[in-house]
Amino acid sequence: MADKPLLPELMKAHGISRRGFLKYCATLTSMMALPPILAPKVAMALEGASRPSVIWLSFQECTGCTEAITRSYAPTIEDLIFNAISLDYHHTLQAASGEAAEAAREAAMEENWGNYLVIVDGSIPLANPGFSTIAGISNLEMLKQTAEGAAAIVAVGSCAAFGGIPHADPNPTGAVSVADIITDKPIINVPGCPPIPVVMTSVLAQFLAFGLDSIEVDDLGRPKAFYSETIHDRCYRRPFYDKGLFAESFDDEGAREGWCLYKLGCKGPTTKSVCATVKWNDGTSFPIQAGHPCLGCTEPDFWDNGGFYKPLSVPAGDYRKLGLAAVAGGAVLGVAGGAIARSVKSSAAAKHEPVTPDDLEKKS
Amino acid sequence: MAELRSHISTGNARPVLHEIRAALEALLATGTETIIDLGAIPFAAGDERLLDSVLGPGEVVATIRALGETRVQETGIAGVWRVDHFDEDGETLSRFVEITFMPEILRTQRADAEQALDTLAARLARPDAPTH
Repeated sequence: MADKPLLPELMKAHGISRRGFLKYCATLTSMMALPPILAPKVAMALEGASRPSVIWLSFQECTGCTEAITRSYAPTIEDLIFNAISLDYHHTLQAASGEAAEAAREAAMEENWGNYLVIVDGSIPLANPGFSTIAGISNLEMLKQTAEGAAAIVAVGSCAAFGGIPHADPNPTGAVSVADIITDKPIINVPGCPPIPVVMTSVLAQFLAFGLDSIEVDDLGRPKAFYSETIHDRCYRRPFYDKGLFAESFDDEGAREGWCLYKLGCKGPTTKSVCATVKWNDGTSFPIQAGHPCLGCTEPDFWDNGGFYKPLSVPAGDYRKLGLAAVAGGAVLGVAGGAIARSVKSSAAAKHEPVTPDDLEKKS
Repeated sequence: MAELRSHISTGNARPVLHEIRAALEALLATGTETIIDLGAIPFAAGDERLLDSVLGPGEVVATIRALGETRVQETGIAGVWRVDHFDEDGETLSRFVEITFMPEILRTQRADAEQALDTLAARLARPDAPTH
């Protein structure tokens, strides 16, 4: 790794000024949800960061995560993050294929044993190893082999983090997440279908700048910088929710006025992600801003939770139970009614009775 | 489209304006600089409009061309600056309000000046360098 140039040298080689570097650090600091005043510290940390070897493994996935992380970048700042790591294996992006590609992976592993970073997108089928293979190697075998010498693993996308769509009922391939197989390495989950591109690159940047220990994760292994608050917490439509102003259909007055999409099935109240602030397509918009409810794609089993267009207060599985708690605890009963909300939630769950928003209104 | 969206506001503009006021007091009292990241709070088009209308335009407008444009503008409230970073396609990267006498990014950076010295020396040393 010693012969790989450091980030500021690379920037200099690309004709990027120190001002450009400062701008890059300011944006990165904002992306990492750190206070802006820390930008100089980010700059200092990046100045000394070496370029770690990265091996990207794609298993049962749609390539949406790779599309997302690559499509909107070059030649913007995120491109630099890729210049700042050494992406030694990514079978979708690399020119080599078959044995030559596998040789590149093995060489990178050998040279950087114990220090390389493994990024995984896609779930791993356990029902039959033949369901998904690369160069004749089953996903399970390749993951175990590659993980052994890794410093850490980043599971990008909901498939790698939680099993995702392949894992959805009835899970014909026996798909599981990375964390279901690898238990002796640090794993950072960056879920989303796909995750926000800058969230993926920012997690890598934080790893690069401050090391693995700096990435604080929640109980689902997600970096707290990006997954500590719900979309609902930061949604620009939140004031409408607080006032009880909801769109009832996609073409009514409320929808035109930009009111809250909760009754149309929005999963924002139970979905942790920075969609509402970082947004998509270089900060242009996010689903709720485009008039569509959040599907909750950063949460486990989002596909199996009873329908994208049913309000959260209709219990359908564990995830929905959480939804009821969040919603009842928030507006309908008021914050002080949290305990009552919990009892409503558990009794509803026990009886498995559908609870509509109207029912909740009556109880308040 | 801009017209359609512009009425939406989260009510966050006024608290930010009060934060700016407190930061300006701190700048004058102790020289403490403050940077507010507008990307870190819900801020809709209506909030942006209120912020702009209260602060108003100031005396300085600068454009930096480094990894896309950066617009640095002093607002009508001296000492309160807007620093907006865009990428090469003109898309917004990050937006800040800086309460400072001089935003850091406007200064010539030492590393750039050191490299510039080499560049100038090389230009002067070229055999075909103009002499008059």
